[in-house]
Amino acid sequence: MNVLAYLIPISLILGGLGLVGFLFTLRTRQYDDPEGDAQRILSDEWDDHPKP
Amino acid sequence: MSLSETPSLAACPACVAAPAAGALAENAIPKDVHITLSLPAIHCSACIAGVERALMADPEVVAARVNLTLKRAQIEAAPGVEASDMIDLLTRSGFEAHEMDAGALSATQADRAGRDLLMRMAVAGFAMMNVMLLSVAVWSGAEGATRDMFHWISAAIALPAVAFSAQPFFLHAWTALRVGRLNMDVPISLAIALALVTSLWETSLSGEHAYFDAAITLTFFLLAGRYLDHRTRAVARSAAQVLSALEVPRAWRVVDGQEARVAVAVLRVGDLIRVRPGGRMPVDGEIYEGTSELDRSLLTGETLPVFAEPGLAVSAGEVNLTGPLLVRATAVGRDTSLHRMADLVAIAESGRSRYTSLADRAAKLYAPGVHILSVLAFLGWLAWSGDLRVALNIAAAVLIITCPCALGLAVPAVTTAASGRLFRRGLLIKEATALERLAEVDMVVFDKTGTLTAGMPLPVNLEAFTAGELSIALALAQESSHPLSMAIAQAARAADVVPAEVTQITEAPGYGTEGRWQDQVVRLGRAGWAGSGESAQTAAWLLIGATPARAFAFDETLRPGAAQAVAALQARGLRVALLSGDGAGAVSAIAARLGIDDWQAAALPQDKSDRIAALRDAGHKVLMVGDGLNDTAALAAAHVSISPASALDAARVASDIVLLGHDLEPLAEAVGTAQLATKRIRQNFGIATWYNVIAVPLAVAGFATPLIAALAMSISSITVSLNALRVRVR
Repeated sequence: MNVLAYLIPISLILGGLGLVGFLFTLRTRQYDDPEGDAQRILSDEWDDHPKP
Repeated sequence: MSLSETPSLAACPACVAAPAAGALAENAIPKDVHITLSLPAIHCSACIAGVERALMADPEVVAARVNLTLKRAQIEAAPGVEASDMIDLLTRSGFEAHEMDAGALSATQADRAGRDLLMRMAVAGFAMMNVMLLSVAVWSGAEGATRDMFHWISAAIALPAVAFSAQPFFLHAWTALRVGRLNMDVPISLAIALALVTSLWETSLSGEHAYFDAAITLTFFLLAGRYLDHRTRAVARSAAQVLSALEVPRAWRVVDGQEARVAVAVLRVGDLIRVRPGGRMPVDGEIYEGTSELDRSLLTGETLPVFAEPGLAVSAGEVNLTGPLLVRATAVGRDTSLHRMADLVAIAESGRSRYTSLADRAAKLYAPGVHILSVLAFLGWLAWSGDLRVALNIAAAVLIITCPCALGLAVPAVTTAASGRLFRRGLLIKEATALERLAEVDMVVFDKTGTLTAGMPLPVNLEAFTAGELSIALALAQESSHPLSMAIAQAARAADVVPAEVTQITEAPGYGTEGRWQDQVVRLGRAGWAGSGESAQTAAWLLIGATPARAFAFDETLRPGAAQAVAALQARGLRVALLSGDGAGAVSAIAARLGIDDWQAAALPQDKSDRIAALRDAGHKVLMVGDGLNDTAALAAAHVSISPASALDAARVASDIVLLGHDLEPLAEAVGTAQLATKRIRQNFGIATWYNVIAVPLAVAGFATPLIAALAMSISSITVSLNALRVRVR
């Protein structure tokens, strides 16, 4: 059962990473224009170099 | 500004003062301007790229970004750039664009509240999953030190998570308790808090049952309900804001003979304002120059245009029909009659019976019941076993099992589904309880002008004129943009009439059109001007030479779907009445066409709201459908109210539901959907009650384990959500 001492913190940290990631997307307003973002990925306008 | 230095020839002191204000504004530091445009037609990635490329090609534009979800473009441009320049730019590139008033789009606050809820939900969801996983180990038989360790880890996760996520419930419960009321949040907060406290105590004594998982799951499900509720209202609110933002208030101010386009907000008393034909009065004032006719239908419901000449007082919201007018402002902004109507609305609203929503009524029955039950279980077990720890555990179990998890979801899930369905049919639900109130309606009161009728008047007695007379009328009518002239021209062309040879046609604004035909004077216009007496009905008079003038009589056209809506509402067993500010002739004609027996003409705004109040006192639940300023008080006084999107802003604000399309037909279906939604809400309450009836005896008897609590909670929440979704399908 000693393995729990590693597994529980690891699972908590991994889950926490997901939570932090979600909070980051929320704070950077990535849910303001879901339809637009879905369409923008299809545009080939900035394929050669990133948008300045 | 050179204007302020040149000696002013204007006769009024205010005209001299106005340029000074302009000079003041010029001293301000130039700032980048933010422009918001509505782009109703964009739909694909090519459109996004096209709009952005077109905008960025302009050197004046600093930044431009399209939001496809909202169909808007945000533009940051150099000082001095006007929204109309940007619209021209996009129109040339083939994109339809409209200006939006950025001040009316204050979505940021609702946005922040939504993101706040979502963040709390994310934290609760993360904690729930971890605690649930640990609980599975306990349920499957972990014992001794392992179980204690799992309980302590659960506590370490659940306590901070609940402290953060459940804050909205604690705050609401506290505000309710402070004024001595009980709402749904009181039993919720109590259950969560008690569950955590007893579980901590149990864990410290290395006990068997801990409810950390139940406390955090409860928080998560309830937050989901809150978020749904918030989203439904935010969507409706932002759509309503878009309607207001699309009407950017602009006016042409005349300073020293120079016209300048300014925002209505900067107009001052004494300013001279040019109102073109077809334009709406931006302020209250007095006509200074020019003659025309005014359409007051939005304010009073009268369809007969009023003759306008210098000296006549005009109110904001009236529409100028024929000639350009110069108006001197006597009241601006909040002092205009448009805004003064708000007082009447406030009075009417205070009279509206305070409606308690179904959820609140359920909470009123439910909250005390749960608390009494829990206290009785605690006292009973304390008396029977004498063990405080056992008694407290049972009490916590009862509170958790009965906690209104399903109740918290029952209402928002149904309203979300029903609002979504009605939105697709073009109805915007603005108020949270509007659906429930709409379901109770037993009488519908319509306004006439602008609600049941709309668009062009229809000439009804063309056959009384000879072909020769019609061809003269057509020749005169096609030179004018007056609504009656346009109606005559359209009807005559439809009857294959060819315009006669009429020469020297001139339009006398406010009177009509005049010309010469075979050396005779011919006129088409107002009764007095064409040499005849007044008529009560809407009419245009045709004068040919010396023969007595004859009138084209007009009937109003019905709004599409009006007849179907009235018939469908009557078929549902609702009483339908018509209440109009227009003359008796016009109102009775429309009432007869639609099959409405109960009508009242020449009703003043006060009469309308009094009539609604009388109906309310007689026990009727009235749905008011109206669009004009004269309906605002009645809209606010009615049990529930609907206004079309073409209504004045004030009327839309006063009503609970806005009809987005032009067609009235969805009205009857809206009542049906509302009744269906209320039925589902009641069913959901029924389902939640049955779960309690089964689970509470278990809890009181002391058989409830954390596993049973988790199962009961999840299953009841899922059943309730699925039941709510049925509103969407059927």
